[in-house]
Amino acid sequence: MSTFIGDWHALVVLFVAGVIPNQIWRMLGLWFGGGLDEGSELLVWVRALATAILAGVIAQIVVQPPGALASVPAVLRYGAVAAGFAAFMLSRKSIFAGVAIGEVILVGGQWWLG
Amino acid sequence: MALPPLDSSQWHSSLRAFLWGVRSVGSTILALVLFATYLGIGALAHDTGFSLAWTLASTVFVWAGPAQIILVSTLGSGATILQSAIAVTVSAIRLFPMVVSVLPMMRTPKTKRRHLILVAHLTAVTLWVECHRFLPQVPRERRIAFIQGLGCGLVFLSVVANTIGYLLAANLSPLFAAAILMLTPLAFLFSTARNCRELADGIALALGLALYPVATLLNSGLDILVSGVVAGTIAYGVHRVRAKVIA
Repeated sequence: MSTFIGDWHALVVLFVAGVIPNQIWRMLGLWFGGGLDEGSELLVWVRALATAILAGVIAQIVVQPPGALASVPAVLRYGAVAAGFAAFMLSRKSIFAGVAIGEVILVGGQWWLG
Repeated sequence: MALPPLDSSQWHSSLRAFLWGVRSVGSTILALVLFATYLGIGALAHDTGFSLAWTLASTVFVWAGPAQIILVSTLGSGATILQSAIAVTVSAIRLFPMVVSVLPMMRTPKTKRRHLILVAHLTAVTLWVECHRFLPQVPRERRIAFIQGLGCGLVFLSVVANTIGYLLAANLSPLFAAAILMLTPLAFLFSTARNCRELADGIALALGLALYPVATLLNSGLDILVSGVVAGTIAYGVHRVRAKVIA
């Protein structure tokens, strides 16, 4: 059982560094959005903000990749996104086509590079 | 899988609506992406030396892929708790506008804030995208139950994936690990692109991608926030100008 739980200190760190910094934003959203009207003009701006911040998260992973992804050359990472986007558009916006082609380019390219 | 029509007796009970939500996990391609991503997070947590309970607790209580990847990789690379907390909170800012935009879709005049707590917790990219797709097919008074079902189903799936990834970790090749990490940006990009209904959304996405590398040059540590607020506000400005031109 002790190997399942590990050390308690790590669980405290999880809450302080992971859970609280993350949940603050959701609870702020609950406090703020719980009273907003669906047709409100403010929501158009809020949705644009959510989309643009998410775009930043996407760009960050590709531009400054974490862990094992960092070993893939930049040109291959950008190429995978571009090829995936082309497949997404050509397939009349199929998420599956975009993700699958992007992954094929990434894995195929990395394998070919050795 | 098709949902029952809006006037069907299937929607008379909240429990039924919850179960239809759980079943809808099977009709979204994003569930597959989530499964693979959490497989990867399980393996990453194992290799970084965290326990399985820690990994599962992070999935259930954090419930945001990028935040979890950042948390594990920063703590694993020797960052202080404060440095990790800052990196996590910057990546999580998007949850604020997401929750704000999702809740009005399922609120009724009788809804209390506490009824929305679980939905707010379950809100992440996948749920945000699927709300826009599924909710028009769900009667308003059953939407909270339906989304709770969908969200809980997705969390359950991710916990299973986490466990499998954790146990298999030693056998995963670096190439496979890279491929799994790449799933998040690809799936986020295309699901968000498909989700764009107004011009403002499309501009926000394109501009948000383009401005991030520019924002990193400022070296503020808040790059995502800077590029996001600028891009989102410009997109909204274009929306306002266009509305005026048409009117």
